[in-house]
Amino acid sequence: MKIVIQIQRYGDYGDREPVKAEGATQNQADWPLWEVFIRSKMGLDHKHVGSLHAADAQMAIENARDVYTRRQEGISIWVVESKYIHASNPDEAASFYDPANDKVYRHPTFYDLPDELKAM
Amino acid sequence: MFHLTLHLADDALILGHRNSEWTGHGPNLEQDIAISNIALDQIGQARNFYQYAAELYNANKDAYTNIISSPAFLQVIGSIDEDDLAYLRDAMEFRNHLLVELNKGDWAVTITRQFFMSLYQQLLYTDLQYSADKRLAAIAEKSLKEVNYHVRWSGEWVIRLGDGTEESHHRMETAIDQLWPYVGELFIPADFQLEAAASGLLKNPEYYREPWLEKTRAAFEQAGLMIPAPNWYQKGGKQGIHTEHLGYLLAEMQYLQRSHPGAQW
Amino acid sequence: MEKQATINLEQQFQDRVDQDIRIEPKDWMPDKYRQTLIRQISQHAHSEIVGMLPEGNWITRAPSLRRKATLIAKVQDEAGHGLYLYSAAETLGISRAEMIDQLHTGKAKYSSIFNYPTLTWADIGTIGWLVDGAAIMNQVPLCRTSYGPYARAMVRICKEESFHQRQGFEILLTLSRGSEAQKAMCQDAINRWWWPSIMMFGPADDASPHTAQSMKWKIKRFTNDELRQKFVDICADQVKILGMELPDPELKWNAERGHYDFGKINWEEFWQVISGNGPCNKERIAARVKAHEEGAWVREAATAFATKRAQKQSAAVA
Repeated sequence: MKIVIQIQRYGDYGDREPVKAEGATQNQADWPLWEVFIRSKMGLDHKHVGSLHAADAQMAIENARDVYTRRQEGISIWVVESKYIHASNPDEAASFYDPANDKVYRHPTFYDLPDELKAM
Repeated sequence: MFHLTLHLADDALILGHRNSEWTGHGPNLEQDIAISNIALDQIGQARNFYQYAAELYNANKDAYTNIISSPAFLQVIGSIDEDDLAYLRDAMEFRNHLLVELNKGDWAVTITRQFFMSLYQQLLYTDLQYSADKRLAAIAEKSLKEVNYHVRWSGEWVIRLGDGTEESHHRMETAIDQLWPYVGELFIPADFQLEAAASGLLKNPEYYREPWLEKTRAAFEQAGLMIPAPNWYQKGGKQGIHTEHLGYLLAEMQYLQRSHPGAQW
Repeated sequence: MEKQATINLEQQFQDRVDQDIRIEPKDWMPDKYRQTLIRQISQHAHSEIVGMLPEGNWITRAPSLRRKATLIAKVQDEAGHGLYLYSAAETLGISRAEMIDQLHTGKAKYSSIFNYPTLTWADIGTIGWLVDGAAIMNQVPLCRTSYGPYARAMVRICKEESFHQRQGFEILLTLSRGSEAQKAMCQDAINRWWWPSIMMFGPADDASPHTAQSMKWKIKRFTNDELRQKFVDICADQVKILGMELPDPELKWNAERGHYDFGKINWEEFWQVISGNGPCNKERIAARVKAHEEGAWVREAATAFATKRAQKQSAAVA
């Protein structure tokens, strides 16, 4: 089986035209893919929980409700069509993330203060 | 009151059962899950109503002996429960509307029926929340949240299919034509509904006809669908005179309970 | 790409796997790794979807309202699990439509267990206990599998699966405490499902073509035989609570090994069922194809409507 890498997917984007996977039958009957983000409790951020297929945004929200909140997982849903997600490139991980390693002064524990100091 | 509770339970169970026939066979995974959720809501509602009906029955058996006389039911020793009511009554003792027992048909029939019933239940439960009977009111309040979602979900599908492709539009027209003769029964009161209205439990269902039509018309307008001309309406479900479909549904649903009398499952 | 560069990439990849760093969709991965994952994840997804059918077979006949509701919820969960897994596979560059096509045309395999029929209500309990039990044993280690989206899907699945096995065992427990007819129904179902269940762990290690490479890539984390032994040990004890027997005269505690010995598996049957000759292979696929084909107009209508709506909205903006 020959596998062609399709670059149309969450976490896998570029500016190129998507490469059609071999034998793909993208037709009217196939709904586009959406990414789903759920906020679990009041105050917490929306979190990516997975994806699903839907014909439009309204349906995507309802499908997300039925698929991803069957066990009271959420109180708020965001959906975004997968093709609109842009992701960082893992090949650039070193230049993206390593520079933060030596910026320890961004963390509160960097500062040496006397124990007597309270409420800070 | 017992009659009314049983009627509400039967509607929810039979429609839930029909929808559960889609589980594993839906038009795609997402919609398979969606219709199964609705089936689960309805079976949950049915259980609440049946449990209450069983309590009413157990508290005053003598008053109800002539209402249920199927041999299997009469063999139950001691108190009855929700399952005795669902699994041991014969078809003529079911009080559901004919609309809910019709075969599930294609997705257009299922959607259209769901929309018709959910709209009706929405109107009904909205009032039932304030019923003089606190138990029914509590069940209605809980169920209404579910039904509001069913209205939204099925309403969107009505519009989507009505205004989708030529084929889906045509299938919707066919579904509406098929189901319309069964819609009238929703608004024709049975004796137990007149009694309930007289004792302040619930409004006469005639009262819901206009608001129901108005909401249906609004959705149909968006969907580019027509409301059929008033027609001769099929009725009898609430009196126990059903279509041929209910007998088969019950034969399948009840067979284990009936072939092992008294067994626990 | 030059050969040396590929070797370096492969080395880096293996290093990451060895350090238990998850591989993510955009990361470089060997083609074979991608293929192995697509095969495994899509087969897993297909198994969930086809697996809805034998159990769904009893939804309309479930013997109480409580059982009916739990069975619908369980079969519905399987649809959800199939959906999570198809989504995970889609991150590897294959579409759900393609995978479904592979299932329908017989190119893709799925767990052979679902080609056996559900003949009595006790089968529903037994599937929950044995089939879901075997599935959980296979799946828990997959929560730590090297491919991120697969591992995350499996975490969600395992969380949800935990009620499945319990509902199955509860059904059997009720039957085992019931009438003589119910007890007989229970034992009969165990007899029919036991051997197919332990076949679910796949061929023996010395005959399993994919295990070695999959272990190295940490797609799989235990061998088929290790998991099978663990399963047999657990079930041999659990069956005592039911007061039933496993249909294996050679099943015996081996104190020296600290495990139960068990009889020989009929691998001929396994290969036959896998390759299409099980009791229900054709019916299962036919049911899936039917649902898919009859749903086509629905899916098309929704797409057409979405397009119209989008056009109306952009016209309104302009």
